[in-house]
Amino acid sequence: MAFIDRAARSLLMTELLSGLGLTLKAMFKPKVTLNYPYEKGPISPRFRGEHALRRYPNGEERCIACKLCEAICPAQAITIEAEPREDGSRRTTRYDIDMTKCIYCGFCQEACPVDAIVEGPNFEFSTETREELYYNKQKLLENGDRWEPQLAANIAADAPYR
Amino acid sequence: MGFWDGYVWPLILIVLSVLAIVVPIILLVAYLTYAERKVMGAMQLRQGPMVVGPFGLLQPIADGVKLMAKETIIPSGANRVVFIVAPMLTFFLALVAWAVIPFDDGWVLANINVGILYLFAISSLGVYGIVMAGWASNSRYAFLGGLRSAAQMVSYEVSMGFIIISVLLCVGSLNLSDIVRAQQDLWFCIPLFPMFVIFFVSTVAETNRLPFDLPEGESEIAGGFMVEYSAMTYALFFLGEYANMILMSGMTTVLFLGGWLSPFAFPPFTWIPGVIWFALKVAACLFVFIWIRATFPRYRYDQLMRLGWKVFLPASLFWIVLTAGALIAFDWLPK
Amino acid sequence: MVIQGLAFYLFALITVAAGVMVITARNPVHSVLYLILAFFNSAALFLLMGAEFVAFILIIVYVGAVAVLFLFVVMMLDIDFARLREGVVRYLPIGALVGLVLLVELLVVLGAWTIAPGGETRIASPQPSLESGLTNTEALGNLIYTDYVYAFQIAGLILLVAMIGAIVLTLRTRTVRRQRIADQVNRRPEEVLVIRKVEPGEGI
Repeated sequence: MAFIDRAARSLLMTELLSGLGLTLKAMFKPKVTLNYPYEKGPISPRFRGEHALRRYPNGEERCIACKLCEAICPAQAITIEAEPREDGSRRTTRYDIDMTKCIYCGFCQEACPVDAIVEGPNFEFSTETREELYYNKQKLLENGDRWEPQLAANIAADAPYR
Repeated sequence: MGFWDGYVWPLILIVLSVLAIVVPIILLVAYLTYAERKVMGAMQLRQGPMVVGPFGLLQPIADGVKLMAKETIIPSGANRVVFIVAPMLTFFLALVAWAVIPFDDGWVLANINVGILYLFAISSLGVYGIVMAGWASNSRYAFLGGLRSAAQMVSYEVSMGFIIISVLLCVGSLNLSDIVRAQQDLWFCIPLFPMFVIFFVSTVAETNRLPFDLPEGESEIAGGFMVEYSAMTYALFFLGEYANMILMSGMTTVLFLGGWLSPFAFPPFTWIPGVIWFALKVAACLFVFIWIRATFPRYRYDQLMRLGWKVFLPASLFWIVLTAGALIAFDWLPK
Repeated sequence: MVIQGLAFYLFALITVAAGVMVITARNPVHSVLYLILAFFNSAALFLLMGAEFVAFILIIVYVGAVAVLFLFVVMMLDIDFARLREGVVRYLPIGALVGLVLLVELLVVLGAWTIAPGGETRIASPQPSLESGLTNTEALGNLIYTDYVYAFQIAGLILLVAMIGAIVLTLRTRTVRRQRIADQVNRRPEEVLVIRKVEPGEGI
């Protein structure tokens, strides 16, 4: 009996047909992928993407050149030089991040006492040359200006857990 | 009968009718690649190409432009002439075979009375493009691919030949239009159902499609005979493979699915022109090609040979004897 | 008729040229490819004679199967041309002798060549009887399966014997463990699996 059963199975190709049936059924199921450049998945407020330097609402830059981020950076991607400004406040003259070294660990934003350096929600910053990935202070401040609404919202959303 | 009427005018007519077949087929080949990516995407819960044009409809054109703009690399150790001729041969053979396929009653470029032999001859030549490519590339991977395809295509051709003979027994003619007309009452896929299945599987093996794509075998021999090809030479192989798929679907349609005939011989179905029925049947076969690719894993080489020589060949041989016996016993022989 | 004549000379010329290339080409793979070209052009010549069945059978059998196997074997040869040329001088006399004998034989055969009486009329109508509606394939089938059925069957038997002989000569019975796919597929868990309760610290 078992022999007949097996012979019938292999002759009628039931296993192959059930496999084909499975793929046919899958064809009409809703797709699980997104149409990426036009649709994007949700991103956590803690997402660690492209770096940005933030400003206070009055336009004053937050960074006070304490160099904690430079010290903690495990990839040594951050370079900071600082001297007092004309008004006597301590500010950076140079704030570079080598994005090709950065490992996006987020330690810089954890270390920052004034929430100046943050990793924003932007992950689409590919370039055609390496040079474009050596970010300087001006680029980082521009990033901050561009993403400020979302950066502020992200920090507010994450605040209760810190 | 002057020079103009005797030679030039017929020549122009022939060229025009050849173009009328070749251009739609090349377009169809381009969109078959799109259909394959879409259908396989759907079966794997993906979306497939979506970016170029609405629903990615212009993707094949973009691919074509990209392939044409790239550099054709000829390996330094390669046999240059054979290396260049091989993809051209593959593509050329896939197009040449269409000369005898009847799209509708009387819609055939060359209504020769050994049409099926012509088709079989052309499809048996397909192996040369691949073997020549594998040898001329001067690469181990390509060579392995060429050897595999030589053995594989010759093996499956044998059982294909027997299946064609069993169809011919029921028709009594080697003309493809006659074969279709003989299916007026009953398509051959019903009385010869096991042959139909074996034939279809053999065509899959003959076109080197998954699950029989051992000559390519991306994951084991890195693309097989195509490993050294780039740009337009690669594109010709690619187009040839898909054109062959369409051709084999056309062959299955003519031999087993009643060609241009409508499935039911009463009005709402008979109003639709035969070309459309033919196209629909070919499309259905092509869907099954893609469907099989999306479902089954690749065969191992010894399993492939076992299937060809120890299963398909005896089965088709047995079925010829059975068909011939039945035709004689019940006096159904075609007059 | 002009076009047919031109086509005949074109195909005939290519056939002969390809035949010459088969024996002169340095690379054996090129030789096989030229051989295929020669097959093709002879098929075209058959077509011109109105023998379409023979033409396509020539392509299917010789080009589609035999030449593929030739190519298959020749491609795997690893030929050292220097070693190949080594013995030419030594074997030249005997080779020349054999060639001479064959040439003489050919000349004798050609010298005795006469066209059969009434043959000219058959050359004029290569297609046996188009008027009667008999196709080439049917005409050939009628001949093979009625008048020459014994010759045909004997030819088949000889081929079968040759095939069996080749298999007998090359078959080696190896003591390799073979895979039986059906057995593997049909294995049931209850036949091969034993589930045991293993107490901690005791083992089986």
